[in-house]
Amino acid sequence: MTGGYDVVIVGGGHNGLVCAAYLGRAGRRVLVVEAAPRVGGCAASAEFAPGFTVSAGAHILHMLHPKVARDLDLAGHGLRYAVTDMPTVALDPAGNHLVFKGALTADASLAAHSTSDADNLAALRRRLMRFAEVIRGFQGTVPPRLGTADWSDRLGLGKIAWRFRRLGRDDMREFLRIAMINIADVLDDELESDLLKGAIGLDAILGTELGPRSPNSAFSLLYRLAGQANGTPGALALPEGGMGAVTGAMAAAAEAAGVELRTDAAVGRILVENDRAAGVELRSGEIVRAAAVVSNADPKTTFLTLLGAEHLDTGFVRRIANIRARGTVAKLHLALDGRPDFTGLDAAYLGGRLLIAPSLDYVERAFNPCKYGEYSPAPAIEITIPSITDRTLAPEGKHVLSAVVQYAPYELKGGWDAARDAFADKIVETISEYAPGLAQRIVARELLTPVDIESRFGVFGGHWHHGELAPDQLLMMRPVPGAGQYDTPLPGLYLCGAGTHPGGGVIGAAGMNAAGRLIRCENKR
Amino acid sequence: MMPEPYEAQVLRTPFHSRTAALCRANDWTNWAGYTTVNVFTKVEKEYFAIRNAAAVFDLSPMVKYAITGPDAARYLNKLLTRDINKLRPGRVGYAIWCNDDGMVIDDGTVFRMTDNEFRLYSQERHLPWLLDTAIGYQVSVADISETVAGLALQGPTSCAVLKSLGLDGVENLEPYAMNEFDLDGHALGVSRTGFTGDLGYELWIDPSAAEHLWDRLMEAGRLHGIQPMGSAALDMARIEAGFIAANVEFFAGDLATRPDRLRSPFELSLGWLVDFGKGHFVGRRALLRERKAGSRYALVGLDIDGNKPAVDSFIYRGKGTKVGIVTSAMWSPSAKRNIAIASLRIPYDQPGHALWADIYLRRELKWDRIPAPCRVTDKRFFNPPRRWATPAADR
Repeated sequence: MTGGYDVVIVGGGHNGLVCAAYLGRAGRRVLVVEAAPRVGGCAASAEFAPGFTVSAGAHILHMLHPKVARDLDLAGHGLRYAVTDMPTVALDPAGNHLVFKGALTADASLAAHSTSDADNLAALRRRLMRFAEVIRGFQGTVPPRLGTADWSDRLGLGKIAWRFRRLGRDDMREFLRIAMINIADVLDDELESDLLKGAIGLDAILGTELGPRSPNSAFSLLYRLAGQANGTPGALALPEGGMGAVTGAMAAAAEAAGVELRTDAAVGRILVENDRAAGVELRSGEIVRAAAVVSNADPKTTFLTLLGAEHLDTGFVRRIANIRARGTVAKLHLALDGRPDFTGLDAAYLGGRLLIAPSLDYVERAFNPCKYGEYSPAPAIEITIPSITDRTLAPEGKHVLSAVVQYAPYELKGGWDAARDAFADKIVETISEYAPGLAQRIVARELLTPVDIESRFGVFGGHWHHGELAPDQLLMMRPVPGAGQYDTPLPGLYLCGAGTHPGGGVIGAAGMNAAGRLIRCENKR
Repeated sequence: MMPEPYEAQVLRTPFHSRTAALCRANDWTNWAGYTTVNVFTKVEKEYFAIRNAAAVFDLSPMVKYAITGPDAARYLNKLLTRDINKLRPGRVGYAIWCNDDGMVIDDGTVFRMTDNEFRLYSQERHLPWLLDTAIGYQVSVADISETVAGLALQGPTSCAVLKSLGLDGVENLEPYAMNEFDLDGHALGVSRTGFTGDLGYELWIDPSAAEHLWDRLMEAGRLHGIQPMGSAALDMARIEAGFIAANVEFFAGDLATRPDRLRSPFELSLGWLVDFGKGHFVGRRALLRERKAGSRYALVGLDIDGNKPAVDSFIYRGKGTKVGIVTSAMWSPSAKRNIAIASLRIPYDQPGHALWADIYLRRELKWDRIPAPCRVTDKRFFNPPRRWATPAADR
């Protein structure tokens, strides 16, 4: 038995590490237990073939909360960027690729696709960025509870109302108009280029179980635009060494704050004594006692597997069981023996984010089979070749390609074992239409389906956001009412993962907010 | 002839052919989708059969769940507020269950057949709640309402009737015990339970043998004053016994649309059914908070001056502060008192408050308002020793 900790944190993903670091800095004695051999969770770098390293889960840093980076001095703990203003390229089957210098900011290449879209896009961008700004303002705070007499809840609700009110009459109306509708309708109203609309539509549905014509997909885009890289809203960055560099710096910050990290230490269950979380039992049988437990695991795993429904009320269990968390994303990693060539693409943009989403129809068609438990035969894809800008990832002259691929339903008819290779072939085929000769350059490949993501990272349903990011599962509704402020119905048990506000993406705000909430609640005891 | 689907608004119980033949008042009511008798002949006659002889009531529409599996007892300990481990096989227990806020969803009876096999009988349907409570447990929950026909046989001669029916040893059945007997080759479940506060039994049988049971029972009870009774007479007996009724004393927590109208176990004066020592159960944390902060209401018996039933009356104190409402009221023929069950705001359930019931009475186009002084009293207005005696009186 190990004991004497103030807090034990289940899972060393980025939020678990951030939470640990904040708690350590507040003087708490903290232990982080991580099932994998290395910390990082879905924000980790992994060598998938000898000499070839890639970001195993998330592969672009575009949401890291600036307060987290500043408070924990991530730069001081070794976080370096390979690039902080990564361009985006919407690949055109005809070779007239469309280049974005920033979020919703196309360059002169747009002229080949439309004469009026440059102005239309600028107007749309200004509007959407104002709305995204409202959402960004909520990320760093604990969401208020509804229907309580607590003054801090009322103040929190007042702040949300005030941020919204500040938009002014016309913007408030426009925000309400688009908040729950689909991105295809919004884009069809404003723009004419299919390639432009396809690229923006893809951003709206990345990581979700939505197509561009699904309700809430416009909101999903706003959520993404609320991110920022290195202080620039909507910007994209690549950390040097892959995403593991981010969590590496977070782990270093945590250790500097006195936090103990243990890897290869999978938690079997959360211990309960006298109706209070009392520590964890590792799968090895070892007991680790602590005054409080924070779970970085997703809500379903935390409550239904690690804690057990027996400690929870039925209404709460029902809400947890009903969380929408069916993964739809596959991750493909390719080791290449040389630089791939994309037809018509200037080599200067090869280090950018390359999108295969030539039209809204293309993305929607890719979504159709997913609804019925089949993968997309012509998937929508977000590609990075991080070795172009970061030479630490592959041997000299060789490269790694990392692709986020939609759609790959968690519950595939017939199961993934029978389909994994065929789907990987389809993805390579699809990319090869833009990069002929790619297949001949592949020396190794790895496909992570949602089922693989679930088993490798311990995420229920392989959903990398721990649950859909839609208004029914956001703010005080995330993950469910009754656990929307990081504390849970079981005293002493807290959540800090992507399943809580403000959700998925490498933000770190959930870990930061959870630490603050824990300190406040435990001080009241 | 089967009715056309659009005409079939109510179902018939397995005893329908027999009850319909005897229902001379033609007074029917809809109970959980079944048409059941409210009054057979005269409510007073049926009531006095309960208290002085034996009365038969068709309770087939009762909702029944079979709960089985290795985790059945653990599951019920999560669902219910009482400790099910204290209920031995062969015993029946009264139980309530709550929602997350510690508000009562329903009450019912739990039958423990074996270690891992239970029945839960209740007034309202709760399958979604029962199934969601089963998440994480190795247990099967099935609605078996239509596979069990039930009769209540209540009254001082009820044991004698069952003896005449040939149920040897039934007099030794203790209150809240159950046993299985053979009735002409049919398995007959008998539990010493009921809703009248009197000596009485409930009989459970396969629907195909229902009419046979009814006929044999009526024949066996002929010399014991047996009568069929409808729900009107049963309701009188249950008020005298001080039993609460769903949708009268409380509203089912998963069906009510106004959350502030619900009642906790403490507010129904059922705190004795809440076992905080047994581990977690649904609503436990909310009930602990309530125990610390105090409850809003108490459910009490009232003894009211005069003889006019205080149906739906407000209860006032002093010069006219409203402190509660009457949920059930009647003139009690057995207790010879004007009684009521009332939900009072705490602390007006305690002695020392001058309470009065505001009774409105319409007599031949004239409303009279009768402010009747009343006193809080034990709500078991009628609780005869014969209800508890074992062996039960069998003659």
